[in-house]
Amino acid sequence: MSPQDNEPVMSEFDSAPGDEEAQGGVIGAIRNHSIGLALAILLTVTSFYIAGTHLVWHPSIPVAITVLAIAQMGVHLVFFLHITTGPESTNNVMALAFGVLIVFLIIGGSLWIMAHLDQNMMVMTQT
Amino acid sequence: MTYIPFTSAPDDPYRMGQQRGVHGGGHARGYGDAGPAPKRVVVAYGFWIFLLSDIVMFSAFFATYAVLHGRTAHGPTAHELFDTRNTAVETACLLASTFTCSLASIATAVRNKPWFYAAMAVTCLLGLAFLSLEAREFAGLVGRGAGPTRSAFLTAFFTLVGCHGLHVSLGILWLLTMMAQVFAKGFRAHIERRILCFALFWHTLDIIWVAIFSIVYLMGASG
Repeated sequence: MSPQDNEPVMSEFDSAPGDEEAQGGVIGAIRNHSIGLALAILLTVTSFYIAGTHLVWHPSIPVAITVLAIAQMGVHLVFFLHITTGPESTNNVMALAFGVLIVFLIIGGSLWIMAHLDQNMMVMTQT
Repeated sequence: MTYIPFTSAPDDPYRMGQQRGVHGGGHARGYGDAGPAPKRVVVAYGFWIFLLSDIVMFSAFFATYAVLHGRTAHGPTAHELFDTRNTAVETACLLASTFTCSLASIATAVRNKPWFYAAMAVTCLLGLAFLSLEAREFAGLVGRGAGPTRSAFLTAFFTLVGCHGLHVSLGILWLLTMMAQVFAKGFRAHIERRILCFALFWHTLDIIWVAIFSIVYLMGASG
């Protein structure tokens, strides 16, 4: 196969979640995980700093913490669980996408329904 | 060498499930003569499905906590109870243990037993440190009259965080089992698959902890 064939570089098989990358060797693998650790520490420290600070507009804090948490989960998925967007990882990503859908349905749906229920209860107690 | 379109489905741009780069790249895994995917991939994929179902279970606990976190029954609120410094130390322990768990996986990949034992032992100690901090926090809360029976908020809190702590405890038991199995049997193929699953489990626990410290502790402390 010639290099002009426009084929993406792929591993030999579909990859398992958590599989160590074949290329780069031990040093490369440790470097990858160290980058992940550094990013995770950066996001965690930012999260804790924002939660305790008075520099930020107060109502924006929960949004910022949520965004940082989702970013950190992404970092963990990519650098530690090796769930990547590569073609050999498509099955793992599809399963993850379904899981995320269910999680959002459960949490979002519960909050939504219970908030409405709360409003109705308020009206009942006032009358 | 020419690409043989016959071997890949036309509507499958990624040509999933195919063996590439060897034997001319034309043998379709799971479709033809190349056979099913390697057992390592199948096992890890199955365990990944289990972990996702575990995350879905946790999402139900998160939903419960989110709905009930204001129902304090005139008892102590999240803002009064939670100590962010303790959470920061717990987070540091778990994050460091996730990294050492990665090092153990790398040591398994290159079959280096001393590094494997060292990395797993550090992971175990960090996990135990996390658990002892959490146990101390729980004991402190119960001692201040803020046990799980005090309010719906505290019931949801102890259920969610306690369930994560239970997972960490089971993970430590699994970790010690893996160390013993490597000691007794060495890096055999099925032991390596178990180590792979353990690493996935441990990393997933850290992901769930990210959600816990963000939603329960940080939002509770700032709110």
